[in-house]
Amino acid sequence: MQSKLNLNEALVESARKSAAHVAHETQKFIDLHTTVAVERTVCRLLGIDGINEMEVPLPNVVVDHIIQIDRLPMGVAYLVGNAMCQTGKTPQQIAEGIDAGEIDLSKMPAHSEEEIRNCIMPIAKAMTERIRANVNKRNEYLNEYGDKKGPYLYVIVATGNIYEDITQAKAAAKQGADIIAVIRTTGQSLLDYVPYGATTEGFGGTYATQENFKLMRAALDEVGKEQNRYIRLCNYCSGLCMPEIAAMGAMERLDVMLNDALYGILFRDINPQRTLIDQYFSRVINSYAGVIINTGEDNYLTTADAVEEAHTVLASQFLNEQFALCAGLPEEQMGLGHAFEISPDVENGFLYELAQAQMAREIFPNAPLKYMPPTKFMTGNIFRGHVQDALFNMVTIMTGQKLHLLGMLTEAIHTPFMSDRALSIENAQYIFRTMQDLGDEITFREGGIMQTRANEVLQKAANLLSEIEKIGIFETLERGIFADIKRTPTGGKGLSGVALKDEMCYFNPFIEIMRGEKA
Amino acid sequence: MSGGLYDTSKKDFDTTLDLKKLRSYGDTMNDGKVQLSFTLPVKNDAKGQEAARLLAKKMGISEPSIALSQSLDSEFTFYVVYGSCIHSVDYTDIHVQTIESDVMEMDECNQYIRENIGRKVVIIGASTGTDAHTVGIDAIMNRKGFAGHYGLERYEMIEAYNLGAQVPNEELLHKALELNADVLCVSQTVTQKDIHIQNLTELIELLEAEGVRDRFIVVCGGARITHELAKELGYDAGFGSGSYADDVASFCVTEMVKRKM
Repeated sequence: MQSKLNLNEALVESARKSAAHVAHETQKFIDLHTTVAVERTVCRLLGIDGINEMEVPLPNVVVDHIIQIDRLPMGVAYLVGNAMCQTGKTPQQIAEGIDAGEIDLSKMPAHSEEEIRNCIMPIAKAMTERIRANVNKRNEYLNEYGDKKGPYLYVIVATGNIYEDITQAKAAAKQGADIIAVIRTTGQSLLDYVPYGATTEGFGGTYATQENFKLMRAALDEVGKEQNRYIRLCNYCSGLCMPEIAAMGAMERLDVMLNDALYGILFRDINPQRTLIDQYFSRVINSYAGVIINTGEDNYLTTADAVEEAHTVLASQFLNEQFALCAGLPEEQMGLGHAFEISPDVENGFLYELAQAQMAREIFPNAPLKYMPPTKFMTGNIFRGHVQDALFNMVTIMTGQKLHLLGMLTEAIHTPFMSDRALSIENAQYIFRTMQDLGDEITFREGGIMQTRANEVLQKAANLLSEIEKIGIFETLERGIFADIKRTPTGGKGLSGVALKDEMCYFNPFIEIMRGEKA
Repeated sequence: MSGGLYDTSKKDFDTTLDLKKLRSYGDTMNDGKVQLSFTLPVKNDAKGQEAARLLAKKMGISEPSIALSQSLDSEFTFYVVYGSCIHSVDYTDIHVQTIESDVMEMDECNQYIRENIGRKVVIIGASTGTDAHTVGIDAIMNRKGFAGHYGLERYEMIEAYNLGAQVPNEELLHKALELNADVLCVSQTVTQKDIHIQNLTELIELLEAEGVRDRFIVVCGGARITHELAKELGYDAGFGSGSYADDVASFCVTEMVKRKM
């Protein structure tokens, strides 16, 4: 790609190097630890599912038991594998036994590592093969229908009832949506368990459950067949159950997942240690399952100023890129986030937006960038809002953004009506059609407003990253560098679920398999 | 539309403004013109259009014209309708509760606090309950503020604490007692099925149950909030869209002085 911005390549390289250093240092910490969510994920991937009489999910029953007997550092794979050797039961039967009070994992004689692995690995392999089959299925669909060139139109459904969501999603797909994101109920990110079964309640969305994933997947496959297009399904793999939701998504063939520890730390006050450890495993799973992750940098600009703080978005994208690489996630699955949030009152604001979007495109050439619409300055004036969304659509088509989250003219008023979505899709399709190749026809003036802006943002991001490289990720968060929000390493929710691994026996069969081969 | 661009119908209504019979305005006094849009869960055909027309008539729209009917799905159609609303209201008989305090700018406000309260005022803000949106509370609290109006954190004589989003009412109260707050600011941005009303009501009930309602000035804000609604729910004031930090600060500090807090 011909650079339009004349970006300082040396700066890009130094910023990337700083970010890589930060990620590798953090990874050392991550590798030594596990969490309750990671272990519940291992349960799920070993086939432990369902709830008990009190409606507690069995993965929670097992992990709570392991905490009670003080053996969380050994990990589920070791303990359940040991019980399998001893009893000849399946992981699900063992979980049910624990729930019934008939099995106590602390009372099992210890088997050798080899015996335990012989019990666990075939089950783990069967699961990774199931996930692999989902990847193949997606590829078959994409081969059959062809994949969309140009931006994917990404819309949300948020009725709070999975069946109503399906009606809305199908209508949106027929209108032209390429990605349907099912918004979760507010507050789910703070639950330390995943609810079970199909759900018809919630506020601003409904629960992410495996059954809801399955229902929506089937509906989108069906409408995709009619439309001769593959409709991607997106959900939220963030919060205290981050890796569990990644596992559920991998099993039910989700295609896109919000997956960003920094977002949870800043905006949901989740403990930084906990969620960075959780993020690693979830990204390993997402990577293996061919899921495109979305990162949440766009949110920084809803609290911080979009002109002054643009460099923090870029710095965070560099970090997210490196964290993703640590988990083996290829660039083609990195939906790094940014947003169109400059105030309409700023002179030449559109030029800055265009410059920044082009900058992200040139710095991360292979990433399917996630571009978020205006929200902060949507006022209830739906007519102006529709114009703001049109400008946003123009930036996307001119700079090759990929996951294009459609702005709604009724943003800040209510969750979208069916008609709001249709108007947005119409707006985007019109602009994408009428301006399809405009980007290729344009060069930016040497040393002009746009080149200057992009290089300024890059310079500030590189400076910031060299600072972050010195202090590390935890202190960066503590100082409130991102989004003006301060978070301490021991603050927030979920720290008690973090444990140092027992290096003598701990193993995670899924990280071994998923990192060991390419999906 | 076969009618062409210009409305050639004879205007045989009285075009003098009568505030006792206030009607909506398109381009001629008392023409009653309104625009509305809605979706019906039926297919897009002549029968659907007639349904939309009849529905508009029931809303009091005379001679509704369906400017657009567009399929959203096989069984859903979107309509844009224009017409004249037959209703009028008596403007002279309307009494609305509004916030009665003069708005002071930041420096004035600081000076007012120094002179009349003589100590820093403690204000805590949060987006409560299930609401995950911080846009509203940030616009009021954050140093930078919004649209050129500095936020409360920048006020020298105000100690501002922004607790962020999804703060349970219990936690807000706990923090208020801990910080010995003077003012609680609650933001509700996006709402579904009127959950914001329930959230707001719960906070007041909680304060009353704990016997501490009178210790605080309690105000709320958000796009769906009016002063009248806020008063009805037991708040001291409500701030709708277009309110800024100086509006909130001015009200709160004058109210504190009024109540001799």
